[in-house]
Amino acid sequence: MSPTALELAAAVRTAERSARDAVAASIEAIAAGDGAIHAFVEVLADRALARAEQIDAAVAAGSDPGPLAGVPVALKDNLCTRGVPTTCASRILGTWCPPYDATVVERLERAGAVVVGKTNMDEFAMGSSTENSCFGPTRNPRDHARVPGGSSGGSAAAVAAGFVPLALGSDTGGSIRQPAAFCGVVGVKPTYGLVSRYGLVAFASSLDQIGPFAATVADAAAALAAIAGHDERDSTSLSDPVPELAAAVGRGVLGRRIGVVKELVDGVDRPVAARAREAAEAMAAAGATVEEVSIPQLRYGLAAYYLLAPAEASSNLARFDGVRYGLRVDAPDASAMNVATRTEGFGAEVKRRIMLGTYALSAGYYDAYYARAQRVRTLVAQGFGRAFATFDALLGATTPTTAFALAERTENPLAMYLSDTCTVPASLAGIPAISVPFGADPAGLPVGVQVMAPALGESTLFAVAGALERAAPPERRP
Amino acid sequence: MTPGDTRPDPRPPAIGPEQVRHVARLARLRLSDEELARFTGQLAAVLDYAAELAELDVEGLEPMAHPLPLRNVLRSDEPRPPLRRDEVLEQAPAVEDGCFCVPRILSGEG
Repeated sequence: MSPTALELAAAVRTAERSARDAVAASIEAIAAGDGAIHAFVEVLADRALARAEQIDAAVAAGSDPGPLAGVPVALKDNLCTRGVPTTCASRILGTWCPPYDATVVERLERAGAVVVGKTNMDEFAMGSSTENSCFGPTRNPRDHARVPGGSSGGSAAAVAAGFVPLALGSDTGGSIRQPAAFCGVVGVKPTYGLVSRYGLVAFASSLDQIGPFAATVADAAAALAAIAGHDERDSTSLSDPVPELAAAVGRGVLGRRIGVVKELVDGVDRPVAARAREAAEAMAAAGATVEEVSIPQLRYGLAAYYLLAPAEASSNLARFDGVRYGLRVDAPDASAMNVATRTEGFGAEVKRRIMLGTYALSAGYYDAYYARAQRVRTLVAQGFGRAFATFDALLGATTPTTAFALAERTENPLAMYLSDTCTVPASLAGIPAISVPFGADPAGLPVGVQVMAPALGESTLFAVAGALERAAPPERRP
Repeated sequence: MTPGDTRPDPRPPAIGPEQVRHVARLARLRLSDEELARFTGQLAAVLDYAAELAELDVEGLEPMAHPLPLRNVLRSDEPRPPLRRDEVLEQAPAVEDGCFCVPRILSGEG
């Protein structure tokens, strides 16, 4: 059993184990096992080992390299890394090397973590299976014939396979929580604005949030603590104090009011619903007051999301025009060059979303689609607001099914989108949510249970998640 | 952006190939005939699904563009070092005299 991130950091900080050894072990595990999984699109062995040696030197000199000292981490390849290709799994970015690091990368490194590689993803984070990648799909470490979920499937798989104890992903409509559930790891989407988006290649700016994957809730809390907090380079980053995270994990749920969201349990596959109900019973047994709550507005979240997110994407992705970075396909004039570059550079799903968004924003359809979806977003947020007047936290399934087979949904985009139905509502409302592994389906595939809390309610979120982890049926952790 | 106009046609027409071609043009994408047919079917399926939003009464609701109560965010007006010009230009497909370079912008027939 691989050590957790916190165990590893404790060993490195006390010189019980060298960071170099920890990082080398991670790189060897990737070399031995990633051929079958394809979680990584780039492994940064030399850079990581050099960085690990600096950490060991710091420990030897008597200084503390930080709470994540020597912990190998993987980054979704839409997080900018200075001088290291950042592809978004798209041909259009080619071999682009950002001239700066994302804030989260700076902060992880400042906490002592060591970046060992960049992970595979759906192109520009658009997808729910990591099959929309110009590098080819990632496989679920729990069953290689199945998808790891997406869009942060590479990061989820890297943790599930035991290659790294921590990874970062981005979540726009479920892209951290859904793959976490499919792969049997913990995945966190923080409150919108808790983590800086500076250096995250934008998909849908009013929804995108960066968050961690880990094998344990405590590791996820430690990773979030390292990256959270105000950043003046992201004007949407909150200046509120970061909620207490690490201390919350062991706090328990005694006296907490937890609502089981009918709409996030009733409509999902039977084994997933059964695990979610068992999780609710476990919280009652742990001392929480547990009741069912209906939030009927959530049913409309998915339809609103699949108009709003593509609309924002169509605007954000206008920047890929062959002028300043990435691919250029030559043509006699600038306009033809833009068209040729975008036509060759973007994959099918990205083209679909751009066109869908362009349509939803276009004259004659704006009110029927985009403006109406924005008002439905208000309804979803109000629905959560009413529920949080009664409950401290809400609980439901993370996904309607367990991991599906590779190629099962690639020809039917709408079937793929339905995979996000349980995760999208929290994204629309901007509230924090976490997926915690809780047992398996009859085929042995992991099931994730989702907890949601009010904005900046991460302390409650982690208290409930910690209690769920302690109550979960044994298995887990590679 | 017309707040009064909140009662759209409850069943907007499903998208057809002509509209998909128009939208692709707006988005600077070129579609083959095969792609046009495939995307039209797929986009129509998504828009049909989205038509369920027409069931809801959204009269009087504020549109939500963002989860945060948005205000202008200002920083102190102090100059600070920008990204390094040479590092930025190094990533461009074509550069001339320290500038991004593109093919001609005006076509001959103008």
